[in-house]
Amino acid sequence: MLIKTTTRAALIAALALATAAAWPRTASAETVLRIGMTAADIPRTLGQPDQGFEGNRFTGVTMYDALTGWDLSSADKASVVIPGLATEWKVDDTDKTKWTFKLRPGATFHDGTPFNADAVVWNVEKVLKQDAPQFDASQVGVTASRMPTLASARKIDDMTVELTTKEPDSFLPINLTNLFMASPTKWQHFYDKADGADAKAKSQAAWTAFAKDAAGTGPWKMASFTPRERLELVKNANYWDKARVPKIDKMVLLPMPEANARTAALLSGQVDWVEAPAPDALPELKQRGFKLYANEQPHVWPWQFSRVEGSPWNDIRVRKAANLCVDREGLKDGLLAGLMVPATGTFEPGHPWRGKPTFEIKYDKPAAQKLMREAGFGPNKKLTVKIQTSASGSGQMQPLPMNEYLQQALAECYFDVQLDVIEWNTLFTNWRRGAKDPSANGSNATNVTYAAMDPFFALVRFLQSSMAPPVSNNWGFINNPKFDELVKKARQTFDPAARDAALAELHAASVDDAAFLYVAHDVGPRAMSPKVTGVIQPKSWFIDFSPISMTP
Amino acid sequence: MLAYTARRIVYVIPIVISVALVCFLLVHITPGDPLVAVLPADASQELAAQLRAAYGFDRPLPVQFGLWLLRALHGDLGNSIATGRPVLAEVMRAVGNTVTLAIAAAIIGFTMGILLGLIAGYFRETWIDKLSTSLAIAGVSVPHYWLGMVLVIIFSVELNWLPAVGAGPGGSAAWAWDWEHLKYLVLPAITTSVIPMGIVTRTVRALTGDILSQDFVEALRAKGLHETGVFRHVIKNAAPTALAVMGLQLGYMLGGSILIETVFSWPGSGFLLNSAIFQRDLPLLQGTILVLALFFVFLNLLVDIAQAAIDPRIKRG
Repeated sequence: MLIKTTTRAALIAALALATAAAWPRTASAETVLRIGMTAADIPRTLGQPDQGFEGNRFTGVTMYDALTGWDLSSADKASVVIPGLATEWKVDDTDKTKWTFKLRPGATFHDGTPFNADAVVWNVEKVLKQDAPQFDASQVGVTASRMPTLASARKIDDMTVELTTKEPDSFLPINLTNLFMASPTKWQHFYDKADGADAKAKSQAAWTAFAKDAAGTGPWKMASFTPRERLELVKNANYWDKARVPKIDKMVLLPMPEANARTAALLSGQVDWVEAPAPDALPELKQRGFKLYANEQPHVWPWQFSRVEGSPWNDIRVRKAANLCVDREGLKDGLLAGLMVPATGTFEPGHPWRGKPTFEIKYDKPAAQKLMREAGFGPNKKLTVKIQTSASGSGQMQPLPMNEYLQQALAECYFDVQLDVIEWNTLFTNWRRGAKDPSANGSNATNVTYAAMDPFFALVRFLQSSMAPPVSNNWGFINNPKFDELVKKARQTFDPAARDAALAELHAASVDDAAFLYVAHDVGPRAMSPKVTGVIQPKSWFIDFSPISMTP
Repeated sequence: MLAYTARRIVYVIPIVISVALVCFLLVHITPGDPLVAVLPADASQELAAQLRAAYGFDRPLPVQFGLWLLRALHGDLGNSIATGRPVLAEVMRAVGNTVTLAIAAAIIGFTMGILLGLIAGYFRETWIDKLSTSLAIAGVSVPHYWLGMVLVIIFSVELNWLPAVGAGPGGSAAWAWDWEHLKYLVLPAITTSVIPMGIVTRTVRALTGDILSQDFVEALRAKGLHETGVFRHVIKNAAPTALAVMGLQLGYMLGGSILIETVFSWPGSGFLLNSAIFQRDLPLLQGTILVLALFFVFLNLLVDIAQAAIDPRIKRG
């Protein structure tokens, strides 16, 4: 009896212990990914994020979808545009300013309301129609310049919408990746509840409330938001793309603008993933078993030449000489510890818009010196060029050391490079004003990095003569009829493959003309705990968090 | 006392208006575009002009100042350009976090500073004095952001005892006075406390030494007063000056430290200023500077009044 009782007690105790041991595992089964961003604040959550493409990366493509999206499934191929909330689209054969988009059935907003044509019209009007109740000036800046030709939207039926552009523009489907669809119903709910002296004040209050409790259609839903401190996103189990339902339960975004702080947070186990770790900590991170990811981004670190009358860069031999005089591999392996890809144009081989330039950008000092001698310069007659740059700035990588590297490199090809270093935001402002403006301070090149996600951003705004200031970023007043003709051709070619071919032709022409001094592409370095698996870092500013898993 | 207090309050009014004017002008006269926070770099001049008008930045500067001051007097500092959130709420929230940090740092710094100062002053020219003085000099000399990083490397990265960054496990909105939250405060508070600790130590040491060498102390001792009683007199005589120094230090700490708060990602006013500067968010920048300046002015006012209450000679002066 005693043995029986003891055995039973032992069994009960063992069962209790086993249950107790199993209980914490069940209770803590939620998988959480904590990310240290480089941003000083949570990017805006109301649909159109701020803070550049880091904003789109964390509060854009996570919580929201656009009509079109980026294929982020490969680390090897260039990211291309794929269907998003639109399943197909087509330009009108007779009027090339009108596009029809077929919408995805079954997609719903996080508040449970259906995504439909009314929602598309509402979202277009939030940034384009000034008298619409939901119009929000604060979202216009980050939208309008990314889709400069979009004029209006019209519902055809519940699942079909017509978009109109100001002029024929085949780039529209690419640009639409930046127009994120927010829930009109949820916004209206906040608008109806808002206090305010007038409709404008109520609208502003509604957007402020929406930002704290947002609803898009994306794979992640907002769970909690502490401004400037943290944003918690949970997986949207009802996401329309079943293949992209997140594998982890929760993602916590933490703003950490200081690189050493981010690195320390990773090393101490406070976060699992950091963007842009401190470069000098990379060996230690590797040594401690953290994983490092980097890949070529659609990003260019250039000198943009002035082509106004009297500029030394008007001589193509000088432009080509500068491009041949820089040892980019040396810059990569030395100064930047491998964190760059040498640039041989805006797009590198393998990209659909690369084309076949005949001018090969590489390090060939003798050829560069020969070109400079032909242009009338030599060891005793150096060409003075002045470059406006900044001491820091988003995407600028390491502007001062990199420019000093170029200064030394180009000195060997008879250039005397002078640097005009100004504050980053001022450099931005001056970029819009152009080389003829007094703010250029006599500089004949400017060093502002640029994103090359879409044709307008990557090529058109720099190469088309009509994009000269004050219209857009043709800072140097490039006026090349061939570029204008190729821009027009690309914009008016509506078959995607033919459009890509036209863009490749434009890009090749720009490289052959040595339109810029192409130096580097950024690689978006990130470091993470070995517990984080399933990471695919595409050749993009963005990353898909859906396939990521966390091992215990 | 009432008249003195009223006079001091009246003196504050022109200071506050001047502070408002200076912080408004400072952010407007710097080069660059006030709309950087919402305008992408590649925005056209046309779009920039359209938004400039929408935000009222196209109006003459005096008009902008007048409207801003009028709204500020009604407690409306406008909305952040970058986030659209009301500036006052943003600032007050950040100030709340900075106050938490400042109080913790003040407790550490002032306690240590007073203790070290009294000990050093009492044992002047001994090794105890030299050790205390060395600590004080180190406190004011070591770059505090560097000290912060060293503390993080030791206590967060290597020992894994304390968190490296942040203000709490769930953000400061969920702040509680328990160890789960307090551990986030330890490293930034120690880092913030070293400068006030050094300054208070040196001040108290000098005051203590000075007072102890005065004749009345000898008289007190001659009358047979116990050393504890003598010390009470020393503390009472040193208090007004030490209080003034501590008030000033508290003012500096309440202003927040951009460097410390950035190193620890502590979401206080320094961190807020850092973001406002880098995003060039003018309403947020102006609002933050104004609120911090007002804090400083009012804190000084309180210290002045407190000093006068402790030492009646001051209000006659």
